[in-house]
Amino acid sequence: MSMLKIENLHARVEGKEILKGLSLTVNAGEVHAIMGPNGAGKSTLGNVLSGRDGYEVTAGTVTYNGIDLLALAPEARAAAGVFLAFQYPVEIPGVNNTYFLRAAFNAQRKGRGEKELDSMQFLKLVREKLKIMQISDELLHRAVNEGFSGGEKKRNEIFQMAVLEPQLAILDETDSGLDIDALKQVAQGVNTLRSPDRAFLMITHYQRLLDYVVPDFVHVLADGRIVESGDKSLALKLEEHGYAGIAASHPADPRQAGAAA
Amino acid sequence: MNSSMINESSTSTTLRDNAEVAEVLGRSYAAGFVTDIEMTSLPPGLDEGTIRALSAIKQEPSWMTEWRLEAYRHWLTMPKPDWAKLNIDPIDYQAISYYAAPKAGPKSLAEVDPALLETYEKLGIPLHERAALAGVAVDAVFDSVSVGTTFRKQLAEAGVLFCSMSEAIREYPELVQKYLGSVVPTGDNFFAALNSAVFSDGSFVFIPKGVRCPMELSTYFRINAQNTGQFERTLIVAEEGSHVSYLEGCTAPKRDENQLHAAVVELVALEKAQIKYSTVQNWYPGDENGVGGIYNFVTKRGDCRGDDSKISWTQVETGSAITWKYPSVILRGDRSVGEFYSVALTHHYQQADTGTKMIHLGKYTKSKIVSKGISAGRSSNSYRGLVKMEKGAEGARNYTQCDSLLIGKQCGAHTFPYMEVKNPTAIVEHEATTSKISDDQMFYCRSRGVSEEDAVSMIVDGFCKQVFRELPMEFAVEAKKLLEVSLEGAVG
Repeated sequence: MSMLKIENLHARVEGKEILKGLSLTVNAGEVHAIMGPNGAGKSTLGNVLSGRDGYEVTAGTVTYNGIDLLALAPEARAAAGVFLAFQYPVEIPGVNNTYFLRAAFNAQRKGRGEKELDSMQFLKLVREKLKIMQISDELLHRAVNEGFSGGEKKRNEIFQMAVLEPQLAILDETDSGLDIDALKQVAQGVNTLRSPDRAFLMITHYQRLLDYVVPDFVHVLADGRIVESGDKSLALKLEEHGYAGIAASHPADPRQAGAAA
Repeated sequence: MNSSMINESSTSTTLRDNAEVAEVLGRSYAAGFVTDIEMTSLPPGLDEGTIRALSAIKQEPSWMTEWRLEAYRHWLTMPKPDWAKLNIDPIDYQAISYYAAPKAGPKSLAEVDPALLETYEKLGIPLHERAALAGVAVDAVFDSVSVGTTFRKQLAEAGVLFCSMSEAIREYPELVQKYLGSVVPTGDNFFAALNSAVFSDGSFVFIPKGVRCPMELSTYFRINAQNTGQFERTLIVAEEGSHVSYLEGCTAPKRDENQLHAAVVELVALEKAQIKYSTVQNWYPGDENGVGGIYNFVTKRGDCRGDDSKISWTQVETGSAITWKYPSVILRGDRSVGEFYSVALTHHYQQADTGTKMIHLGKYTKSKIVSKGISAGRSSNSYRGLVKMEKGAEGARNYTQCDSLLIGKQCGAHTFPYMEVKNPTAIVEHEATTSKISDDQMFYCRSRGVSEEDAVSMIVDGFCKQVFRELPMEFAVEAKKLLEVSLEGAVG
């Protein structure tokens, strides 16, 4: 069984149709890159999958580990193992990062009927993760994203992902706005977390990230559908010809290209 | 240089219209029960006879009776204040009973009526010293009288006087006479004058020179009887170099009628003395339709009478239908320090008009104001503050930070900061923000697995952190829980 099966997904935002029949299949252990021009629907896909308000699904289905993902509230999706690394991580003033993460971690465990960790146990886990991810523990003492630089915010997202250990991680333009050092660090974090049980959906503008996190599949999203799928070489082709070239070769493809199964 | 500034900003705003939020706020007021106990009370009505009767019941000396009568006569001449941003239904002062007390009367703790002990037990304030909160002495005021004070012996050994005001008037008349009304004069304002005429009970604290009070002192105010008003009067005197931390808590049963709580609290800090006064106010706020609840009209003022003294007010206000309260500090002594940390939360139809006054008279005096207002439902929450730098306030400084958080789209937050600066060397800083819990914050929390309700409490808690830090530890936890309960159903 596939981990994630998206079929003919149509979604609207503020009355405007953004996703127009998107289909995609993702198996455990795979890394998929979703590329495409501005306005193609990349971020919409991430938001629909994680359940953000204001995104209205008008047709199609999303099946995650055999269940109807769209029927779940955002917090239930999180408990089921779906994680969204935000393009713009949100500041929560005055709320300690560790406290926030423990609340999230325990809420997810509770949602799965697992035992919650006390603060000592949790701190131990966090310290291990910091070490693996090579992140300074100064991050723990600050308020959630408050006053963080762009790079720090993205690193914090990856760190949260490391602690929460999702099955399906959706990275929404995690590479945007990062200098090369920060990009490498984030990429290394992602590579550390790659595992046969986990799948990644990396939404990105640029092929640059893919130099560091090598995807199993690359999909081109244009005008609300996946118009072409391939391996890493597709990303390079895109780099060369631009999105315009790809889109031109797929005028309103009625088959709505599916991903590799 | 004379400069003054008046600034008013109003914001009514929108938030989420999520039905789930409305649900969250549905949890009930846990302190809303009524204790069935035999009461002695004066019939409703107010005239000089009522005051004489009240004073007689309390076996007061004649100077006290005269003091009350003078305040009453003054009160008759005063107009009701109408400057606050509050809608107040007219109060019929003749319909209120000005004295209600459990029939058994105040005795030693060991003889307190079990029904009363049970009441306080239920409220989480055990009065048996064995079970009492570690390191906290409690004076329990039930309607018009104090029903018991814990740890008095231990405190007396340290030289600290902690008892009910009624008792202090009988036992320590010279101290009471010296300080009562010295910070808030009888004619200070309409409600202070009324309080001076009819005050029932409250706490008296006296910390002698050089003594650091060995434990937290606290008073727990409970309104139980119907159609009564509670007129609390508290006086805290800290002599030279002494130190005290005091906390008050308040609850009342759920009733459909509004009840009046008009209190006066006076603090006096002599040279190098420090008083920390914390309030967790959870009077019955009325129901979700705005029926019932306490009118909380309070005058609280501290006088930093000596050089290098310090008075710090910390308040967490979640209860009452209407709150009208401005704990203030007169910075008389040179280098004295005044602080005001406040969290005021309003929900449903609650109204709060609260803030502080910092009156700088002495040189190099400093004050700091941190106010956090949270509005939900259809409530209205105003900060009103005055910072006054008098001519002699050489090198004085004030820092004010005033933040409002809005939850829902039908609430309002208002800020009225007044500043009067008469000394050119004084520095006044004011910062204000208004924010709402954003959809982005909610989604961020939920996408991490945190429920909507927990997300709101977490965000509100983060917003209030600066103030909670100032509360004694046990009460910070309490305050946090109280905010959670008060916000139930606010999300959405």
